[in-house]
Amino acid sequence: MALNCLHVWDHISEYIDNTLDPQVRAEVERHLAHCEICSAIIDSTRNIIVLMADDRVFELPLDFSKRLHARLDEVLKHEDPEPLGIGP
Amino acid sequence: MTNPAPADPRQTASEQELIASILAGQRDNFHLLIRPYEGQLYRTALALMKNETEAEDVVQDAVLKAYRKLASFRGDSKFSTWLIAITLNEARARLRKDGRATLDSLDAQREDNGDFTPATLTDWREVPLAALERQEIRDLIQRAVAGLPDTYREIVTLRDLEELSVNETAAALGISIALVKVRLHRARMMLQKKLAPHLKLAGKKEPKTRTFGRLSWL
Repeated sequence: MALNCLHVWDHISEYIDNTLDPQVRAEVERHLAHCEICSAIIDSTRNIIVLMADDRVFELPLDFSKRLHARLDEVLKHEDPEPLGIGP
Repeated sequence: MTNPAPADPRQTASEQELIASILAGQRDNFHLLIRPYEGQLYRTALALMKNETEAEDVVQDAVLKAYRKLASFRGDSKFSTWLIAITLNEARARLRKDGRATLDSLDAQREDNGDFTPATLTDWREVPLAALERQEIRDLIQRAVAGLPDTYREIVTLRDLEELSVNETAAALGISIALVKVRLHRARMMLQKKLAPHLKLAGKKEPKTRTFGRLSWL
């Protein structure tokens, strides 16, 4: 059965993650071969995912790491990790 | 060796050795243990708190909790997934305390009847990673992620920013794999709709000097 654009849109995320059932994937690919719109939607979605994963998008606040390790140091100086079986 | 195989090759022997050494008294090694995950934990906390200062506090509290509870880490999940789950719990506890907890059921209703028509562009051109050098592009992406409904932002943060697998995302959030897939799909479609038209313009290359009649000024 040939898929129309609306059907293909339902599968975009799983298509990109490569988790579609092989038969569905083949149908999506058959559609993409002749549909510029769906191809562009998938390309743009994939591109957005790649861009989001880049560490430059959500950078750590200045000195975040320094403050974290300083606070940690205060605890590491005085405390061992709790032994198993204490607390929830 | 009787130890079960680690869930992922990234959970290296050295990580397990670090944990063992900390539990054996070399407490300072905890600094090394968490260093690779600071960014992940921050972005996870930020996805829930939506505020940089609060996100930083949440990470600090979560990391201290992870240290104190280190003996209870069993190694049947990845250490990073365990840390992320602690961070999510810490953030949620804080939101609950302030009466800001996400009502998951409200978001879930939206999953049935949303409008997820993507932005349709036929002349899409890939935006190079180098474009992220531009603050304006980073802002666009940040705003789009921040504008997602809470449960979608969590999913996208874990799966697409932190690059956890679908299974790890489900484990960290305590929801089913099927629900992760549904929400991830909706979230990605919302981002595509919001971002693709802007990124398309942003990614446009300089027009060639060759002219196309009256359109050459475009």
